[in-house]
Amino acid sequence: MTTLPEGAKPRVAPIPDAESAPFWSGTLEGKLLVQECSVCGRRQLYGRSLCTNCHSSALTWIEASGRGTIYSRTIIRQNPSRSFKHLIPFVVALIDLDDGPRMMSNVVGTPAEEVNIGDRVRVTFEPVSDAAALPLFELDR
Amino acid sequence: MAVIAGVATTDYPHHPELTELGVHAIAADRALADAGLSWDEVDGYASAGFFPMHAVQLCEYFGLNPKYLDETNTGGSSFEVLVEHAAHAVDRGHAEVVLITYGSVQLSQMGRRLGTGGSGPPPVGPAAADAVWGNTLVGNYALAAARHQHDYGTTSEQLAEIAVTMRDHASVNPLAQYRDPITIEDVMSSRLVADPLHMLDCCVISDGGAACVVTSNERARDLRKSPAHILGAAHALTHHLNISQMPDINVTAAAQCGPLALERAGVSLADVDVLQVYDSFTITVLLTLEDLGFCGKGEGGAFVEGGRLRWDGPLPTNTDGGGLSACHPGMRGMFLIVEAVRQLRGEGTARHVANAEVALVHGTGGMLSTGATLVLGSHAP
Repeated sequence: MTTLPEGAKPRVAPIPDAESAPFWSGTLEGKLLVQECSVCGRRQLYGRSLCTNCHSSALTWIEASGRGTIYSRTIIRQNPSRSFKHLIPFVVALIDLDDGPRMMSNVVGTPAEEVNIGDRVRVTFEPVSDAAALPLFELDR
Repeated sequence: MAVIAGVATTDYPHHPELTELGVHAIAADRALADAGLSWDEVDGYASAGFFPMHAVQLCEYFGLNPKYLDETNTGGSSFEVLVEHAAHAVDRGHAEVVLITYGSVQLSQMGRRLGTGGSGPPPVGPAAADAVWGNTLVGNYALAAARHQHDYGTTSEQLAEIAVTMRDHASVNPLAQYRDPITIEDVMSSRLVADPLHMLDCCVISDGGAACVVTSNERARDLRKSPAHILGAAHALTHHLNISQMPDINVTAAAQCGPLALERAGVSLADVDVLQVYDSFTITVLLTLEDLGFCGKGEGGAFVEGGRLRWDGPLPTNTDGGGLSACHPGMRGMFLIVEAVRQLRGEGTARHVANAEVALVHGTGGMLSTGATLVLGSHAP
């Protein structure tokens, strides 16, 4: 991990619960998991105890390819949180995973102005706690 | 058939001398006085706030013991829902006079960090889905604006025109937080907060309160002012606070509840004389216009051009200056109702629309999450 600027705090770490623990455990192994319904095949994020399509409880976690397409993106230029102020300007994006669900994340590694809707992205993991790494995305060129 | 018999706001946008409860009290007292009703006649109460048992707390504070109570919270659209529920209660005879109040001192208490600086929900469970990326309230709406621009070629200048129109309306509202006229260029040159939304695409942050009184048409006959008839109402949702869960980021709950409320009212869009819609951000207005059906999906940008939303245009919208310029004390839904009723009575706050007989009110709450529509009329159906 890189050294933080003075006054800055580490990134916010998710707090796993019974339903999200498999997802966050996966990130520690470098895997991006999505939940799949064994009855109707719907894939979903975040983890739940039932399928949002057919409401079956027969759900499993499968590993996604980690690739996707940017559905929308904004550049955050104001966020006074000490966990994020030093990262400004940064990209918050909605990413349609090739394996199904849409998720929010950051697109890193490229100047924010060069990240556009429709760009292809692939996942990369940034450790933030003993319980989770953040699935961030880079442009997949 | 239930009606709104009294409405009021406080003298927003600054209440450093008041508590949140005190703001409620002023709004309540004024709304009852506007109707010509006394506290003793109130037998129903409703409000929405950020903590459970909010309406119970207000009843204790007011010294009310109502037989009807509601504190449904759908965010910024809550007060349209509370009016809908109150109308049902009155129609069924469960209450005769329902007082509905809102109050906030968020500007005095929190300053201007709201919108970009709130700590947000703890990143546990479903909330973690969108809460760990440094996104902001503005950022959520910016994601919708960016996709709309991508899909339909909507320009930032078109969004800016919405802000310019609201400021024109605010310019003659003596209470409005910002009254100096602005141009499209002013909006475009204000700093970007979350691309493509500029500072002037965002609502203001205010203190303020507002209230209304829902009663029966029969009870309203001998009250002070002509009532606004609640012709139709409906509400809907698309997701909670994770905008990643919104099925289509450019289609809001208004697409569901707007047509339903109009159908229940037996009113068509062509009958609408004045419109009051939640304007947390310019994009909120644009999406709402499309979803209510005033124009097709993707046509909102061209629709708002040429001053169409101005008080003297074909679809007068947010005639008090809206949340973009007049006041936005957190959950603004009640202010939409107040202004709609005033227009129907011929006493609009800032820009008065002549002979308005049908007003459409649409609140939006959460992160484009919920919607609630009221159709109000100056005449009984």
